[in-house]
Amino acid sequence: MPKIKLAENTIQLIKDTCAEFGNKESELINVLHQVQHKLGYLPAEVQEVIAKELKTSVAKVYGVVTFYSFFTMIPHGENPISICMGTACYVRGAEQVLAEFKRQLKVEVGESTSDGKFSINCLRCVGACGLAPVVTVGEKVYGRVAPSEVKKIIAEYREGCAGDDAKSA
Amino acid sequence: MDTINLTIDNKSIVVKNGTTILEAASGIGVHVPTLCHMKLHDLNIENKPGGCRVCVVEVEGRRNLAPACCTEVAEGMVVNTHSIRAINARRTVMELILSDHPADCLICAKSGNCELQDMAHQLGIREIHYQGEQSHYREDTSPAIIREVDKCIMCRRCEMMCNEVQTVGVLSAINRGFNSVVSPAFEMNLDHSVCTYCGQCVAVCPTGALTEVDETGNVIRALSDPSKTVIVQTAPAVRAALGEEFGMEAGTLVTGKLVASLKQLGFDYVFDTDFAADLTIMEEGTELLNRLSKHLSGDKDVKLPILTSCCPAWVKFFEHQFPEMKDIPSTARSPQQMFGSIAKTYFADKLGINREDLVVVSIMPCVAKKYECGREEFKTNDNPDVDYALTTRELAALIKISNIDFRTLPNETFDNPLGESTGAAVIFGTTGGVIEAAVRTAYEIHTKKELPRIDFAELRGMEGIRKATIDFDGFPLKIGIAHGLGNARKLLEDIQAGKSEFHAIEIMSCPGGCIGGGGQPYHHGNAEVLKKRQMAIYQEDKNKVIRKSHENPYIIELYEEFLGEPMSEKAHHLLHTEYFDRTE
Repeated sequence: MPKIKLAENTIQLIKDTCAEFGNKESELINVLHQVQHKLGYLPAEVQEVIAKELKTSVAKVYGVVTFYSFFTMIPHGENPISICMGTACYVRGAEQVLAEFKRQLKVEVGESTSDGKFSINCLRCVGACGLAPVVTVGEKVYGRVAPSEVKKIIAEYREGCAGDDAKSA
Repeated sequence: MDTINLTIDNKSIVVKNGTTILEAASGIGVHVPTLCHMKLHDLNIENKPGGCRVCVVEVEGRRNLAPACCTEVAEGMVVNTHSIRAINARRTVMELILSDHPADCLICAKSGNCELQDMAHQLGIREIHYQGEQSHYREDTSPAIIREVDKCIMCRRCEMMCNEVQTVGVLSAINRGFNSVVSPAFEMNLDHSVCTYCGQCVAVCPTGALTEVDETGNVIRALSDPSKTVIVQTAPAVRAALGEEFGMEAGTLVTGKLVASLKQLGFDYVFDTDFAADLTIMEEGTELLNRLSKHLSGDKDVKLPILTSCCPAWVKFFEHQFPEMKDIPSTARSPQQMFGSIAKTYFADKLGINREDLVVVSIMPCVAKKYECGREEFKTNDNPDVDYALTTRELAALIKISNIDFRTLPNETFDNPLGESTGAAVIFGTTGGVIEAAVRTAYEIHTKKELPRIDFAELRGMEGIRKATIDFDGFPLKIGIAHGLGNARKLLEDIQAGKSEFHAIEIMSCPGGCIGGGGQPYHHGNAEVLKKRQMAIYQEDKNKVIRKSHENPYIIELYEEFLGEPMSEKAHHLLHTEYFDRTE
């Protein structure tokens, strides 16, 4: 397990979050939500601090983190790419779009590129089925995406032009 | 309403409100099969996640089948435990579990002792109609425990033991759906975790998913090496349980047959860990009196209570979880390690051989002892004081491999000098025993008077935390006892908070003490087995002519010939140890 050292203020932030929930073990899921919201992800070291504050075992915390797909132990990329795998998107070729993103970026689902620029995730339905298949990058939505367009979308963020509004997410 | 009327399998019964269908049924001789459920009565230990669904029964008027283990009875309920629907559902559940279970029963360490195998047999499963994906997870080997997760059926007994009873918190269910497994955090190996190797997860695992590291091969090799002198020591709790492996009633004392079997196996000397338990009392009892008298004379540097240190899982527990208190437990080594240390110095000298040519094997009710004998501080020039620690179960396997008919063996006696022991040493095998043994000796050394009685009923029992005050000729010695690490944690937190009233505390990691150790024959959730073993231990104490450690003639001789006196420099070097902060 790679060890990272948490900054003092990060540790304090986690402790404060736990305290907001009364350091109660029963509030574990809420604490994890808040901490992930603030830090972007839940690495092992963060889970250790949470376990200590809530007086529970780190194995239990890890159990919850790995149970819910919402929680992640890997930091999102600067530009988080989500490919909708809902039924409508799926039947209109989302799988091929996903495959193309993986091929272009050389990462798997749930991973980030080594330069930290991109990460790929799947989600279930963004409520824009008329635009299927749908891809979001940050908060920007791309509709009716064909595998041949994937390269162009990535390029927008590589060059840093069109990305600016999207990155505000 | 205090009582409930209901019908189970056409029999009308009246049971207490709050009773489960399972309990109600067993009261009238209807044994609904269970797999994940486990209850140790009187020890406050219960696992009923209602997860496996093997215990489903039909309840009239209910749409779905009900899990008997976690459904409470209700007035007028009509239960059918063997309707065709219930039987079919039960079989389907079993077949689905088996469809994702390696079919290597013939060569599995748990074969013959496996609750899953028994259940498949009991339900008459002859075919598995489902073929689906099989889980494949790496095997995890530690110094004491092996995890073969592919054999896990997610009953979560181990998780309950590790978290609720022991409060060690290593094991938890992780991931979800088909990918879920019981694992340490971040899927690290056990030997990187805070696991104490208490082995209670092994003790309750219904399948071969959790087992001990098997050292029988190494022992067979040592026994067949003519250049080695191989000696063996047996822990007190082994003699009260080994018979169960050969079909004898729980609580049958088999001390004489145990010795005979070890001689037949070819050990050059058959000794007793009980000898070293007497030695432990000499050292630990003296340390207690020293600390007590310094404390009472106002020495602020001397801390009380003193805690026992015989149990390697307990030692590892406080090294991980309470490292700031590592100067509170006695520095006395455990009896296993005291024996090894004396064997490889005093006894090797007597034989005129090098320590490298003496192989010390121990038979322990424990899996943590395997880890303990590998600790670096118990080695000299990389040669361990104790070479191999076998569990009671492994010894039974060794006896079977060696074609010995255990039941018909004659009674034989331990060899000397390291085989003589007292009743005080025998009771080390049960919760309350170590501190009672210490009281018997410390009282007489402190007061220089003979004890008016030898049995201390107030120190005995199965309550998780017990306390008693013993009159040391005017001085009230306050004693605490905890078994199960969760109970130990409570006493430690009191000490931390400055609320502890005790002078001395005995701690054993396993529920019941060593009689309930992780290396003992499987109790399969029957707490009566532990109680019978405990009774056997006290019976063995009563059978002994000498019942106080300081009266053991070979202990007296050992001090005269070799050690000098308790807590002497030599004793310190050979019989005491230090503890480490393992938080990083």
